[in-house]
Amino acid sequence: MDQYEHSVQLDPKKCTGCTTCLHHCPTEAIRIREGHAVINQDRCIDCGECIRKCPHNAKRAVAGKLESLQRFRYKVALPAPSLYGQFNNMDDVDYILDGLIKIGFDEVFEVAKAAELVSAYTRRYMQAEGIPKPLISSACPVILRLISLMYPSLEDHVLHMLPPIEVAADLARKKVKKEHPEFRDEEVGICFISPCPAKVSYVRNNFGSYKSKVDEVVAISDIYFRLLDVMKPENQVQTISDTGMTGIEWAGSGGEATAILNEDYLAADGIENVNKVLEEIENGNISHVKFVELNACPGGCVGGVLTVQNPFIAKARLRSVSRCLPMAANFADPDEEYIPEDFLFDEMPSYVPVSRLSPNFRESMRMMAEIQRIRDTLPGIDCGACGAPTCRAHAEDAVRAGLRTVTCPFADSFGGSRK
Amino acid sequence: MSEPLVFHFEVDVSDFTSAGTASVTVKKNLRQLGLPSDVIRKLSIAMYEGEINMVIHAEGGTADVIVTEEYIDIILKDHGPGIPDVDLAMQEGYSTATAQIHSLGFGAGMGLPNMKRYSDEMKIDTELGVGTTVTMRIWIR
Ligand SMILES: Nc1ncnc2c1ncn2[C@@H]1O[C@H](COP(=O)(O)OP(=O)(O)OP(=O)(O)O)[C@@H](O)[C@H]1O
Ligand code: SF4
Ligand SMILES: [Mg+2]
Repeated sequence: MDQYEHSVQLDPKKCTGCTTCLHHCPTEAIRIREGHAVINQDRCIDCGECIRKCPHNAKRAVAGKLESLQRFRYKVALPAPSLYGQFNNMDDVDYILDGLIKIGFDEVFEVAKAAELVSAYTRRYMQAEGIPKPLISSACPVILRLISLMYPSLEDHVLHMLPPIEVAADLARKKVKKEHPEFRDEEVGICFISPCPAKVSYVRNNFGSYKSKVDEVVAISDIYFRLLDVMKPENQVQTISDTGMTGIEWAGSGGEATAILNEDYLAADGIENVNKVLEEIENGNISHVKFVELNACPGGCVGGVLTVQNPFIAKARLRSVSRCLPMAANFADPDEEYIPEDFLFDEMPSYVPVSRLSPNFRESMRMMAEIQRIRDTLPGIDCGACGAPTCRAHAEDAVRAGLRTVTCPFADSFGGSRK
Repeated sequence: MSEPLVFHFEVDVSDFTSAGTASVTVKKNLRQLGLPSDVIRKLSIAMYEGEINMVIHAEGGTADVIVTEEYIDIILKDHGPGIPDVDLAMQEGYSTATAQIHSLGFGAGMGLPNMKRYSDEMKIDTELGVGTTVTMRIWIR
């Protein structure tokens, strides 16, 4: 298996080895070893839950630096719509976009624009025959990785539309090529301004057979103060923004789903809720719903760990930013029969059976029986003191490592067996 | 032949919102065994419906899942009121669920028919006032 390059990383100097992240990681990717947390790279989905929950700020998301864009002669910023909700007393997006130019970008291409196009083409996509119900949004990279690791049977339900970030990168690149033919392709740098670490990982690792067209991903939190410095109310700004309400509202949970203009939708946010919804879809319980929007972060993209503002405040601000805008400003090409090829991806990344015990079924059965045997010798309090998130996971780690017994700091006080 | 694996659950009715957790746990375990996803899907739907029925119609009970190399058996046993007319209960759309249950999104009368559809073999033993045992088998190959 290729090593997946992750944005979420740990600072061992700050990590005290407390068990907070252990209990919050949705894929049980974390163990405490030798006094600090270790992330299993094969299992991590870059959801950022551990960053959000760490009381010592020992987890961080590694993103690109603005300075690294110096390698390009023409720099294009792709601001995520969630950026628009980060500023106080800000009801005009053009001040933010102008700020991006002032801090060194040559051009801005709004991801919100691409989001409106994705919505328009999704509506078209949903009119085709034989579309699975419900259709699952492909916009959140954490969800896509979660599905490919844990819900392989749902891969067919995923909308095969590229996420707005990629559509924006493609359109921006074409625009520059046309308007500035003097630059060679490799001289043009496309930089996404990101609310979340998962976009960083997704861009670095690509998605299935699809190669990302984004060159660099910079955190909103990284450029926030630089933007504040240059965004002055007295500035004379040009009109750059070209998006409506729907594109901007993609930043919050429910924004993408409402833009489908169909009543039968569901929007869930927060990784725990997302898991529950995915289970329900697998059980065939919500097949009356046509579209499911899932966001790993609470509140949607505004809840990403690379943002600055509280997600609920950010969402309220988005409303004031978009209040005086039309519903949408970007529309599907009426001459186009279906959906342009450039908006679609071919296949989901192949299923990675990270949780499988052994490639051999009989051996898996033996291991599972052994896990159950060992688990039943443990107290079942899932305290995390051994370094594993649950007693069950501790037993599983032992069996995977070929051990027959485990150590548990509390085995004696609980009489060594549960129930 | 290796020993069958057994997963045992107490299906509790005290917290209605937890209904369905046994089937989720079984699903996770079966994925770890590397079973084909269509087998897992059939099993989790069939078991989920049975689990919900035990909670809604029968005050809970026990669920046992027995995994062998050839097949998986699900045995759902309750001490509820029993089913007076099994053929009728098996009909699509037949339900005795109350309005309250309907408001929770259950009671379409599709549970038993789905259990039959998604399992390869199904047997219902029921006695009024004593309880119901539903046994389902899903073949792995
Ligand atoms: N374990 C049980 N004990 C007693 N009665 C049962 C049990 N399981 C099912 N029944 C009876 O059989 C009927 C049909 O069951 P079925 O699962 O098909 O539908 P439902 O549970 O009413 O609705 P749905 O499953 O669609 O939510 C039930 O309404 C109930 O009267
Ligand atoms: S980012 Fe999410 S999946 Fe990765 S280690 Fe942290 S909590 Fe676990
Ligand atoms: Mg039922």
